[in-house]
Amino acid sequence: MAAGVATWLPFARAAAVGWLPLAKKTMPKPPVDKKSRSDEILIVNVSGLRFQTWKNTLDRYPDTLLGSSEKEFFYNEDTQEYFFDRDPEMFRHILNFYRTGKLHYPRQECIQAFDEELAFYGIVPDIIGDCCMEEYRDRKKENQERLAEDTEAEMATDVPLPPNSTPRERLWRAFENPHTSTMALVFYYVTGFFIAVSVIANVVETVPCRPPKGSVKDLPCGEKYSVAFFCMDTACVLIFTFEYLMRLFAAPSRCKFMRSVMSVIDVVAIMPYYIGLVMPENEDVSGAFVTLRVFRVFRIFKFSRHSQGLRILGYTLKSCASELGFLLFSLTMAIIIFATVMFYAEKGTKGTNFTSIPASFWYTIVTMTTLGYGDMVPNTIAGKIFGSICSLSGVLVIALPVPVIVSNFSRIYHQNQRADKMRAQQKVRLARIRMAKKGTTNAFLQYKEDGGLQDHDSDSAALCLKNRSSFEHQHHHLLHCLEKTTNHEFTDELTYSEMCMTESVGYRTSRSTSLSSQQVVSSSCCPRRAKRRAIRLANSTVSVSRGSVQELDTLQVLKSSAVPQSRSSLNARTEDLKLNCEQRDYTAAIISIPTPPANTPDESLPPSPAVPGILRNSRSISSFTHETVKISSL
Amino acid sequence: MSACAKRCKHGLVKFAVSVHKLVTGTLNKDKVDDDLEMTMVCHRPEGLDQLEAQTNFNKRELQVLYRGFKNECPSGVVNEDTFKQIYSQFFPHGDASTYAHYLFNAFDSGHSGSIKFEDFVTALSILLRGSTREKLQWTFNLYDINRDGYINKEEMTDIVRAIYDMMGKYTYPALKTDAPKQHVDAFFQKMDKNRDGVVTLDEFLLSCQEDENIMRSLQLFENVI
Repeated sequence: MAAGVATWLPFARAAAVGWLPLAKKTMPKPPVDKKSRSDEILIVNVSGLRFQTWKNTLDRYPDTLLGSSEKEFFYNEDTQEYFFDRDPEMFRHILNFYRTGKLHYPRQECIQAFDEELAFYGIVPDIIGDCCMEEYRDRKKENQERLAEDTEAEMATDVPLPPNSTPRERLWRAFENPHTSTMALVFYYVTGFFIAVSVIANVVETVPCRPPKGSVKDLPCGEKYSVAFFCMDTACVLIFTFEYLMRLFAAPSRCKFMRSVMSVIDVVAIMPYYIGLVMPENEDVSGAFVTLRVFRVFRIFKFSRHSQGLRILGYTLKSCASELGFLLFSLTMAIIIFATVMFYAEKGTKGTNFTSIPASFWYTIVTMTTLGYGDMVPNTIAGKIFGSICSLSGVLVIALPVPVIVSNFSRIYHQNQRADKMRAQQKVRLARIRMAKKGTTNAFLQYKEDGGLQDHDSDSAALCLKNRSSFEHQHHHLLHCLEKTTNHEFTDELTYSEMCMTESVGYRTSRSTSLSSQQVVSSSCCPRRAKRRAIRLANSTVSVSRGSVQELDTLQVLKSSAVPQSRSSLNARTEDLKLNCEQRDYTAAIISIPTPPANTPDESLPPSPAVPGILRNSRSISSFTHETVKISSL
Repeated sequence: MSACAKRCKHGLVKFAVSVHKLVTGTLNKDKVDDDLEMTMVCHRPEGLDQLEAQTNFNKRELQVLYRGFKNECPSGVVNEDTFKQIYSQFFPHGDASTYAHYLFNAFDSGHSGSIKFEDFVTALSILLRGSTREKLQWTFNLYDINRDGYINKEEMTDIVRAIYDMMGKYTYPALKTDAPKQHVDAFFQKMDKNRDGVVTLDEFLLSCQEDENIMRSLQLFENVI
């Protein structure tokens, strides 16, 4: 339970008086707290430094070491104090947590030492207050990364391939980490070399070479040595195709691989060649064919597999895309405005270059970026005035955001990282809080199962019940009062959904209707007894397979005791509850009526001696071992 | 076909959102720091002797109570949101905020919008150490939401529904939608003696005193502190 809630519990319990006139039945007796209620000052001696605090302060968090009975292990009878052989400086922060409800992280302490102390005292680090949480997380991340780097560096030196990996896995590993084997490294460098060769060939084939004998015009080298270039191109494409197919074969998830950026680049790099092979050599399509050759320049992007820097650049551009896009948009606005103005200003001039507004776009862009090619110049005075305004504003519009973008890069990059981190952590934190909450709800259900709610005097109370803190007793009593007021009981999601399912099937047979009416009556008075019987039956190591009507449902029985109990034990007495309580590790027992008429497994019928009813009690306890022995019918 | 249309619509919405983001930019204006409510009101309760005289607690009990209270609320007052939060922690299964609201109003006898230590202790004194009549009167005040001296069916239904909300969804047997109404009807059947549709304080006191269960339950809550 969260901070200081224990203080408010008496208040909530007192407010339960408000339910009394509504309740149809008597309220259950409250738990008797035999311990002395008066508050006392405890002395906690941590390596010689004595801390004193009220007992109530420590009781605020009953699921920590100091708040639970675990501290009794450290009680020193002679000196009448609790002695801990731990760091006294750290303990100050731990104790402050109890006092204020907020855990702070002392910045000068080592993060691992702090974590260890928290683990010792049973405090979950998630409750660190927001003021210190970020610092804590950052330090912890740093530490973990450093440790991970160290282990990675260790691991990278030795190259232990998992012994039973398929050739496919080995191939993929070779592709991803070329350093692992010499073959992979060789292949890595060979592909890199061929990429470079291909790019250079692309570039060189457009350079004009000396014309062959008997011709005056300069020829691009590509046409002069077309065969040579074609061979080189073919070789490169063959290598790239081979590489791509190998990667495709080795990829653990082919779909994911095909959608990745690098694979798309690979495909785009080699496609033009094949399309060129396929297409006929006629003039009409050759124009399109030429365009395709442009895509060969994409081969240069294949270098990003070889270069970390390119990948980082690509990533940062992607993350700043929205900022860049917005700036582009505002630039476009400015361009349109000025282009329109210039067009209308220069409209009157004869033979002007400003033939249309789109034509003026070129002028505006060139002027705003202060390039000033001079191919379009305004002639009218108005045009010149607006032209100068355009260039001045261009300086402002373009020059100013550039440093902002640059600083945005780093800021946004880091911010994004932190925001994603925090979002992920928030989700995890919320999930943990939800689980803890579920733990609280389950605690009550577990409490009920242990028979905590039946009226008993303290002598016959089971040992496990005694170990619960008084806070828990009182809280469970409060929840029990609410159950009595509303005449409904708390269950968990599993039971509820199963109940809904079975209810929806409906009660078809007359027998089942009579049983169902019995159920309604019994639900108010016997469900607990029914559940207890279920618990006892669950002690046997039978399990049933759910499914058909004739068969019995599955029992998740935790092998708590080797004592097999027969059907007759269904009618065992309540004293056996103590036995069951000590073996706390069992869960649901679902047994359906084996008789044909009951089409639907009714639930929670009181087990009469003649007909074994269906007893349902599903509670899942965290870690347990279970054995299921299948039998066909009981 | 509808799934395809849904996907198209979804895609269009996403596209529109991204265009919108493009146009407006992702500028997060610095939120003007809403000045932290300068309600650093620090309320000090009356003296220990006075409180001891006014309530049925002795000095030690008051000390324990105040230490706990002060630790939770250093400012000395509890406002409604904090109260709802605290109360909800005891009922993790369901939603306790509605009932907490009614409870808050019942505790806040001065209608100041916040509970001070005196209100807290006075109410506890009535509930735990008061006479039967006082307890029942307190309960009547709780049910009488608009404080007009009568409990009518709507008020009762609100209260009962709020209580059932605290149970949450997963109950056994499953909560039917008319369970609160049935409960209210049963209540009125018992309490409303002259069948005029409202329950007055006297009717309430009389009916409760006739009911053994209620009387017995009232005794149980004496040793909560």
